Amino acid sequence: MDDLAQFKQTFFSECEELLGDLEGHLMALQSGEGDNNTLNAVFRAIHSIKGGAGAFGFDRLVAFAHIFETVLDLMRDGRLEPTPDSVLLVLHCADILSDLVKAAQNGTELPADHENEGRKSLIDLAATIGVDADPHAADAALAALDAQLAGGGGLDAEPEPAPAAAPEPEPEAPAAPAAPAKVPLLKYLVKFTPRDALYQRANEPLILIRELRELGGFLAKADAEAVPALDQIQPEGAYIKWEFEVETDRGEQAIKDVFEFVLDDCELSITCLNPPAAAAKPAAAEAKPAPEAAPKAEAPAATPVAQPKPEAPKPAAAAAPKPEAGAGSAGPGGGAGGGGGAPGGETKAARSIRVDLDRVDKLVNMVGELVITHAMIAQQTEHLHADQHPELANGLAELSHHIRDLQESVMAMRAQPVKSVFARLPRLVRELAMMTNKKIRLDMSGENTEIDKTVIEQLGDPLTHMIRNSCDHGIESPEDRAAAGKPAEGVIHVSADQRGGRIVIEITDDGRGINREKVMKKAIEKKLVAPDAVLSNEEIDNLIFLPGFSTADTVSNISGRGVGMDVVRQNIQSLGGRVHIQSRPGQGSSFILTLPLTLAVLDGMVLKVGVQSYILPLANIVESLRPEPDQINIVANQSQLLRIRGEYVPLVYLHRIFKVPNGIDDTTKALIIIVELEDSSKMGLVVDEIIGQQQVVIKSLEENFDPIRGVGAATILGNGRVSLILDVAGIKHIAEHEGQQRGSVPRLAAPAA
Amino acid sequence: MAAAEQTARSSRTVQLVSFTVGNEEYGVDIMAVREIRAWSETTPLPNTPEVVRGVINMRGAIVPIFDLRARFGMPRTEPTKYNVVIIVSVSSRIVGILVDAVSDIITINEDEIRPMPDMEQVSGLGFMEGLITVGERMVGLIGLERMFAGRMLEAADNTGKPMLAGPAESAA
Amino acid sequence: MTKRVLTVDDSKTMLQMLQFALKQGGFEVIQGENGQEGLDLLDANTVDVIITDINMPVMDGITFIKELRKKPKNKATPVLILTTESSQSKKEEGRSAGATGWIVKPFDPGKLLEVIRKVSP
Repeated sequence: MDDLAQFKQTFFSECEELLGDLEGHLMALQSGEGDNNTLNAVFRAIHSIKGGAGAFGFDRLVAFAHIFETVLDLMRDGRLEPTPDSVLLVLHCADILSDLVKAAQNGTELPADHENEGRKSLIDLAATIGVDADPHAADAALAALDAQLAGGGGLDAEPEPAPAAAPEPEPEAPAAPAAPAKVPLLKYLVKFTPRDALYQRANEPLILIRELRELGGFLAKADAEAVPALDQIQPEGAYIKWEFEVETDRGEQAIKDVFEFVLDDCELSITCLNPPAAAAKPAAAEAKPAPEAAPKAEAPAATPVAQPKPEAPKPAAAAAPKPEAGAGSAGPGGGAGGGGGAPGGETKAARSIRVDLDRVDKLVNMVGELVITHAMIAQQTEHLHADQHPELANGLAELSHHIRDLQESVMAMRAQPVKSVFARLPRLVRELAMMTNKKIRLDMSGENTEIDKTVIEQLGDPLTHMIRNSCDHGIESPEDRAAAGKPAEGVIHVSADQRGGRIVIEITDDGRGINREKVMKKAIEKKLVAPDAVLSNEEIDNLIFLPGFSTADTVSNISGRGVGMDVVRQNIQSLGGRVHIQSRPGQGSSFILTLPLTLAVLDGMVLKVGVQSYILPLANIVESLRPEPDQINIVANQSQLLRIRGEYVPLVYLHRIFKVPNGIDDTTKALIIIVELEDSSKMGLVVDEIIGQQQVVIKSLEENFDPIRGVGAATILGNGRVSLILDVAGIKHIAEHEGQQRGSVPRLAAPAA
Repeated sequence: MAAAEQTARSSRTVQLVSFTVGNEEYGVDIMAVREIRAWSETTPLPNTPEVVRGVINMRGAIVPIFDLRARFGMPRTEPTKYNVVIIVSVSSRIVGILVDAVSDIITINEDEIRPMPDMEQVSGLGFMEGLITVGERMVGLIGLERMFAGRMLEAADNTGKPMLAGPAESAA
Repeated sequence: MTKRVLTVDDSKTMLQMLQFALKQGGFEVIQGENGQEGLDLLDANTVDVIITDINMPVMDGITFIKELRKKPKNKATPVLILTTESSQSKKEEGRSAGATGWIVKPFDPGKLLEVIRKVSP
């Protein structure tokens, strides 16, 4: 139980939520707006509080919640009509409950009679329709409480009498033979005849038989006479009955316990073959079981063992018992020591502690600083010859290695499977399918791919939007699909995958694909593209990410919620990710999202431009080159295009964009880095030179300043100086809108010649 | 503007760090000052106004530095190692202001703060909270919250004219 | 192979406690907050055992069990219901819907694992 105490905090915050909701529901009830759903919700809230309270042994809270719940149950069943008076009582009791929760949370004790009046009113109310809201007589604790009430005496505040023990089965009870049960070793005949229902409820005789065998000496006989011919076997039919002889010192109850879940789905008889009266004194019985020729499990030479179930391939008794049985008694703490030779395999399983996220983040930051400090030391010692200072060089190399490992381990702490985001999607798709009268199936894969917690938290909205878009615009109506020769049911596939240092999430539908004509028309209408612009298919597809673009002719209920795909792209970009769409008309579209594994570090290329150095995220870089003069074309007297493999890429001089003095202006002397943007357009960034590749720790510029276009964040280099991390989309924006001092860039890449 | 607030408050002593920019003397509340450091080279931020000198690394945090000379409409400071950066915290942000030199720590009563004269020529200097006379000197009290309210780029952009009869070398 | 358990409960506390206990037993855990989510998760995942609460919004546990038993894939998946009281009526209701067994709240991790062992091969 102590292990679960760690969830108290969760419980109390949940209580707070539940009580908050409760308040709303009760207000509705009071104003007469409540309906059965409201009552149901109220009931559930109380029920949940009771459930949690029970787990932590807040017995006073449980006791009160129980009566309260009983009355609410009567109300939602319609047996008790909610009257103004009764609703008032419910309100009052909700307050009491809230007091009890607070008391439990603060570890304080309320006056002993705090809930008496409310409790009594509840009981009285139930009594008006002849229901005894009092907990069943069996519940010793509450009975005692009652007795005290009846006696009129002040309830002495001792809140933990029996109830802690009552609902809580002694955890160690079924613990192996060492259990202190004072039951003699006896032999029982157990006749077990399952009915069909047993299989229909997914119970499995094989498991029961195994468990029975754990009790002690064991002999099994199966009667398979009723098994019909193979072609007449019903998979869930019960055809086999068993007889077992069990020799155990744990009593008849232990045998019954094995069949706890199936008692009503089978015929079960248990007879003691050597009842204590006949078997002399218990001690004696214990002393000499052998003369009775107790059958051993290994011994049943003549025992025909049949298949326990038509489709179960393994014979019951013949299957070697898996040693896991021994672990059954191992305590939850995993500290099981004495389990005579119990294999330790399972006790090692998943041990974890819960750590405050702030602590992990602090660790992440510190590792970041460590990375910077290491870079600083490495830079300072660069000029030393490795062969003169071999230890230093080795030490630094090792340090670098360790820091990387450390960094990965720390990042892994923040990583979570994307499953938690994916889990909401099936429901979303079903709802959308219903709203649009379409048939849509959702396939998912890679749910276990892990990604930074913050990324996960912020992935929900954009993912939802893209799915909406696919359902609304992508998948066609069943009729249209039929006309197009496709199956009526459309399929959306969502996958997650780690590729290199990034996570790739793809949302693919088999719908109609993007109607490029329509998109183009719209883009021109909205003046997002020049009327005479000639765009590649891919560029047209990615127009949907432009701000102010929306293809739905009428704003639909689904996609048209005032949020466009531009917001999706913004969201993804703010996570350091990219999104683009690929579409094949008539065959479907794919949204492709790439996201960083972590938000804290980035692999970058250090560039020099004039007197400044900048970091360009490696993820943006396609290639770098020093072009031949004839590769550079000038259009409209101004814009420079780089011709590369039949494609024209606009050139952007970083020193002009950022107004850095002394940048190289001669393209044949400068270096061109081809970068790819979210919309998969390309741009040639003209810089002086590349200094090298480096992993950098991302530092927010916005913590103390404002966002700056063209700059994503900052970092600190080995020399202690701040260096800016470039944001290529921002740079493109500056180039397009503010122009470069000399020459400007065409809005979008020109088509291949 | 500031007058009403000032008189409404009970008389309290405040300490100011005073510094010079050109021929003028200014002060900021000492409570806002985190540290005072010598000028060091900044990393310039592209396409920002003259006032923004760039950013520095202060123990792992990226801190922007503002040039007060430029802020007052004068040409940018030509910083030497004798120039001083006062690191202040303003509404949960940490920023540095580049000044010529730190001159004094002044202790005054709050009621000694005179409101700014409501004159044409001081428009654009809305960040001035008042004036203090210390002996023969006049010290302009800078309201950091006002100076850096809202977006910093805007604040920085809102360059004012030279204060009162500023130095001869006025804005370019 | 790690066994996977689907836990369905509208109480986060309960979900967390189940997860904690199950992970100790070496199970992989997936979670839903009501029957509908449970069904969705079953569509997308294969699970070895299902543990569900009865009182939940949107879709209660009884409907959930009835629905999942209609899926060929989950016809034979053991389903344990979480009940607060050992009252026969709740168990009966669960059983008639197709539940395999039950877990009485509050449970302790050891007991929980034991019950699972009782229904899952």
